[in-house]
Amino acid sequence: MLTLTQIVFLVAAAITLLASFMVVTCRSMVHAALWLIMALAGVAVFFVLLNAGFLAVVQVAVYIDAIAIMIIVVVMLTRHSMGIQDRQTNKTWWAAVIAALLMFGGLVLMFTQAPLLGAEAPALTMGSEALLEELGLALVDVDRYIVPFEVASVLLLTALVGSIIVAWPGRKSQDLEDQS
Amino acid sequence: MVAFLNDPFTWTGSLLRSWLEGLGLAPDLVTFLLQVVGAFVLGTTLLMLTFILIWAERKIVARIQDRLGPNRVGPYGVFQTVADLLKLVTKELITPTGADVIPYNLAPLLAVMAVVGVWAVIPLAPTLIGASINVGVLYIVAVGAIGTLGIMVAGMSSNNKYALLGAFRTVAMMVSYAVPMMIALLIPVLLSGSMDMETIVEAQSPIAFIILAPFAALIFFVSSLAEVGRAPFDLLEAESEIVAGFHIEYSGLKFGMFFVGEFLHAFTISALTATLFLGGWQGPWAELYPLLGLFYFIIKTSIVYFVVIWIRGSFPRIRIDHINNLNWKLITPLALASLIVAAIAEKVATEFGINRLGIHVGANAFLFMITLAAIRLNARGARSRVKANSVNKSVAASSGSSPGS
Amino acid sequence: MIPLSWYILVSAALFSIGIYGALARRNALAILMAIELMLNAVNLNLVAFWRYLTPNVVAGKVFVLVVFAVAASEVAVGLALIISIYRRRHTIAVEEIDMMKW
Repeated sequence: MLTLTQIVFLVAAAITLLASFMVVTCRSMVHAALWLIMALAGVAVFFVLLNAGFLAVVQVAVYIDAIAIMIIVVVMLTRHSMGIQDRQTNKTWWAAVIAALLMFGGLVLMFTQAPLLGAEAPALTMGSEALLEELGLALVDVDRYIVPFEVASVLLLTALVGSIIVAWPGRKSQDLEDQS
Repeated sequence: MVAFLNDPFTWTGSLLRSWLEGLGLAPDLVTFLLQVVGAFVLGTTLLMLTFILIWAERKIVARIQDRLGPNRVGPYGVFQTVADLLKLVTKELITPTGADVIPYNLAPLLAVMAVVGVWAVIPLAPTLIGASINVGVLYIVAVGAIGTLGIMVAGMSSNNKYALLGAFRTVAMMVSYAVPMMIALLIPVLLSGSMDMETIVEAQSPIAFIILAPFAALIFFVSSLAEVGRAPFDLLEAESEIVAGFHIEYSGLKFGMFFVGEFLHAFTISALTATLFLGGWQGPWAELYPLLGLFYFIIKTSIVYFVVIWIRGSFPRIRIDHINNLNWKLITPLALASLIVAAIAEKVATEFGINRLGIHVGANAFLFMITLAAIRLNARGARSRVKANSVNKSVAASSGSSPGS
Repeated sequence: MIPLSWYILVSAALFSIGIYGALARRNALAILMAIELMLNAVNLNLVAFWRYLTPNVVAGKVFVLVVFAVAASEVAVGLALIISIYRRRHTIAVEEIDMMKW
C-alpha cells in the first residue's frame, strides 16, 4: 500500500525522468528547453519531499527563472543555425548510449555497497525555521563555510564580467564579419 | 455568533474541519481537502476581483483624461466588463498556422498561474494566510518570475515576428528589473530578520517600513511596475511599434487570460507593496478583530493600486534604451547603496542603542542628498555635451563644410 | 516512507541521461542543457544523503548552494561563448567548431 508521499514521489520521478529523456532526444531546441524546465521543476519537488524547502525555492528562482529563460533566449537568437530536419546526434551516438548505460550500471553497483540503503529518514531535530537559520549562520561563520561562500560570490562576479566580455560585439568581430 | 464576528476565518475553518472529521475522514486528508478548498476560494475571489479592477481602472483613467469612461451597462457602467467578457467568450479561438500548439495554449495559463500563486503567501488578515512558509519573500520572487516565462513562451510559440520581438523586449526589461527588485526586497527582510511574510508584517507594528526605508519602498514599487509591464514601462505591448506585443496572435478567451493576468498582476504588486512596506493588515485594533485587519489591508492595497493607475494616466511611455539606462545606471546602484546603508544603520542602532527611527531616516536623507547631487552632476555634464555639439554643428554649418560626427 | 535507494536510483538515471545528452548531441545548447541535468542529479544526491545520513550537519546543503552558483556561472559563460561563436561562424554545431582559430 502506497502512502501519499510515495505517490507524490513516484509521479515526480516519472515526470522528471520522462522530461529529461525528452531534453536529450527532442529535435527542436525550443521544446528541449521547455522539457528542461519541467525536469528542473521535478527536482524541486524532490527537494520539498526531502524537507529542504529553501533549496526548492532557490531551485525555482535560479534554474527556472534565470537559467532556463536565458537558455530560451539564446535558443531563439540562434534558431537559424540548426533546423529540426538536421541531424541531431554525432556519428558516435551509440558509444554515448553505451557510456550512459555503463555509467548507470556502475552507479547502481556502487550504491548497492553504500550503507543504510533501505534506511528511513531520521526525524529532524530542528524545525524548518531553525534549519534555515542554521544554514544561514553556517554560510557566514568564519570557522565553517565562509570561504566557499565567498569563493562562490567571486566566481559569480567573474562569470558576469567574463560573459559580458566574451559576448561583446567588439570592433574586431565586426571587421571579421565584413571580410567573410 | 460573537465568535464568528471576532474571527470569521478561524471559525469557518474549525467548523468545516469538525464537520469533515465527523464524516469519518482521516485528519491528514481533511487538512489536504481544506487547503484545496482554501486555494479554490482564494483563486476564484481574485479572478472575480478582476471585473472590478478593470472597471475601476477604465473609470479612473477616463477621469484623468477628462472623459466619462464606461457608463452604459449598469449603474456607472459597473457591468461593462461583464459585457466585454461575454463578447470575448463568443469569439473564435484561432490557432495560427505554424504555431507550436501545446506551448501556445500553455502560455496564458502560466501567465495567470504565476500571478495567482503569489497570493498564497500574502497575509490578508492576522489569521488569514494561504500558506505560512518561512521563505515567503523568495517564493514571491520565484513564482512571480514564472509570468516572464509565460510571456516568453507565448512570444516564441506564436510564429509571428512581432510576438517574438515583444517577448524579447519583455525579457530584456523584466530580467534586468528583477535585479533591483530583489535587492529592494532584501531590505524588509533585513529589518525584520525573517523571510516569512507574517513576521515581516508583525515587525512593522510600531512603524511601517516605508518610513524606515523610503528608498527601498520606492525602488520596489518602480521596479515591480516594470516587472508587470505597466505604463510607463509598457513597451512590450507598444501598439505603435510592435502592433500588440507578445499576445498578438491570441484571440477570444486566451487573450482574455493574458488581460486578466496583467490587471491582476498590477493589483498583486499593490498588495505586495502594502504588505512589505505599508504594514499589511496592521492598524488600530487589527490584532483583536481579524476582519478589521482584512479591511485595512484592502484599503492600503487600493490606495497603492490607485497610484498605479494614476501613474499610468500621467506618464508617457519610456523608450527602451532609456528604460535600461534608468535601471542599470540609477536604480540598481541606488538599491545596492540603500541596502548597505540600511544594514549599517540597523547595526549601529542595535550596537549603540541609538534611536532606530532617527538613524534610518537620517541615513536615507543622506542617501537622498547624494543621489540628488549625482543626478545633478550627470545632468550638467549631459547639458554641456549637448551645448558643445550644437556649437560645433553651427560652426561647421557656417563654414560650409559637412558637420563632423 | 520513501527509502534512500529510490532517490539514488532517480539521481543515477538522471545523471546517465545527462551523460548521453552531453556525449551524443551535436548542438552546443543541447550539451549545455544535458550538463544542467547532470548538475541537478548531483544536487539531488547531495540533498538526499544530507537528509538520510547526516541531517544534523549542514555541509550537504552548503554544497548544493555552491553548485547553484557554479551552474549559474557556467550557463552565463557558456551562453556567452555560444553567442560569440554563432556571431562569427554562424553555426552552433560542435563538430564544425574544431579549428581552434579563425
